[in-house]
Amino acid sequence: MCLGIPGRIVEIRDDGGLLMGKVDFGGVRKDACLAYIPEAQLGDYVIIHVGFAISRVDEDEALKTLEILAAMGDLMQTELATMGPGMDAPAVVSDDGGPAGGVFAAPATGAPGGPA
Amino acid sequence: MKYLDEYRDPVLAGKLVAEIHRITTRPWTLMEVCGGQTHTIVKQGIDEALPEGVRMIHGPGCPVCVTPLEQVDKALAIAARPDVIFTSYGDMLRVPGSTTDLLALKARGADVRIVYSPLDALKIAVANPDRQVVFFAVGFETTAPANAMAVAEAARRGIDNFSVLVSHVLVPPALVALLESPTNQVQSFLAAGHVCAVMGWTEYEPIAAKYRVPIVVTGFEPLDLLEGILMAIRQLEDGRHEVENQYVRAVRREGVPPAQKQIFEVFEVGARKWRGIGEIPASGYRLRGKYARFDAELRFSVGDIHTQEHPACIAGAILTGEKTPLDCTAYGTLCSPQRPLGAPMVSSEGTCAAFHSAGRGLAGLRTGSPAMPLLQIAPIPPARSAGTAEVSR
Repeated sequence: MCLGIPGRIVEIRDDGGLLMGKVDFGGVRKDACLAYIPEAQLGDYVIIHVGFAISRVDEDEALKTLEILAAMGDLMQTELATMGPGMDAPAVVSDDGGPAGGVFAAPATGAPGGPA
Repeated sequence: MKYLDEYRDPVLAGKLVAEIHRITTRPWTLMEVCGGQTHTIVKQGIDEALPEGVRMIHGPGCPVCVTPLEQVDKALAIAARPDVIFTSYGDMLRVPGSTTDLLALKARGADVRIVYSPLDALKIAVANPDRQVVFFAVGFETTAPANAMAVAEAARRGIDNFSVLVSHVLVPPALVALLESPTNQVQSFLAAGHVCAVMGWTEYEPIAAKYRVPIVVTGFEPLDLLEGILMAIRQLEDGRHEVENQYVRAVRREGVPPAQKQIFEVFEVGARKWRGIGEIPASGYRLRGKYARFDAELRFSVGDIHTQEHPACIAGAILTGEKTPLDCTAYGTLCSPQRPLGAPMVSSEGTCAAFHSAGRGLAGLRTGSPAMPLLQIAPIPPARSAGTAEVSR
């Protein structure tokens, strides 16, 4: 019940003094109250919760988030690639391939076995 | 679907998991506040992909789960009346009261109807002028604008056969109650994205400052949660305690002011009981005096109903994150989504239901096919990424 789902506004109307609309969720269309997002335009994405638009999705921010996530991964891959054989340093890997207890128990500067 | 599928990309999820491993040097305990977030975390196995020592405690943010037994009993008393059409979000129907639940009452002939929106309840009231139509107004701040609008519309349009049974709860007082608890282990919160979409996050700034806990406003998709966890751990590792917003595409610092205006037109803040936790001061909404004629508790004189919780269920400890469903002797045996004992098993957003639908801890108890994760997070060699972080320093 508490879930909110993003959908696209395909109709805006005045329903006896209440700003209403139809919102498309990937093909499924439902009525929704738009009274709290009066600036919403046809084609805008809004988050619908129990039949009410509670937020307008900012398309620029949505794209930016995905770009940052993608770029961050690349930076990390680059950094990993520059680390060379240090990646296999056995002192910080436990037998089962999980993180060694010491990695988390010891403060960052105190980890053993680092060539750096 | 747009704005959903992109945030379930397994490749990006794998990168985020690796980054979390890379920056984590110590054990940390985080709490995701909202039940919707719990569901994604458990279903996708996000908690199991985290570095050893990083623990997710599942928070109290399931409105169905925290609705106290006595409010359910009041609902049952009202719904049993022949002159009443009782309307509710579907999740509330199977919540056990002290003797029965709304669904069983409906099977025995009571007029109980599931509505998707409180405006649907209002439509039923207009179509049935000779009946009393009652709506069970439960929820956190996310649902409050909808429930407030239904009451305001009933007043504006003179729909006098409509009333609401209010059981509204608020997130910030619950966080403070958890932080004040002597058994608290939570070091950082992922705040509920949609609660903050409505209310903004200014209320969380003094909490982060006073208790020195990082709070990250977080969305509901796997990538949202992983990024929220990453941001929270980054703050913890840096020794910072700020309110940050991961869910920038939907949440603004000031929230949605017209929605807040409507909430405070209809509701005022008051004490609320939370199922399994007890009364928390100033932790919920109640109707303002000028809307008292829409208060179902007054209209049907059920204000005197007070009931005790079921003794076998550890819902309270689950809601506060002190215990997990795996600590419960009834989990998966006496208590299941088909025959729930307590509210966290009833609601699909509840911690116990989330564990159960993911098949957690059920192997020795029953056969059956647990739901497969939508997103199989690519296995990252966690020790190596964590290890290289160490090595590189």
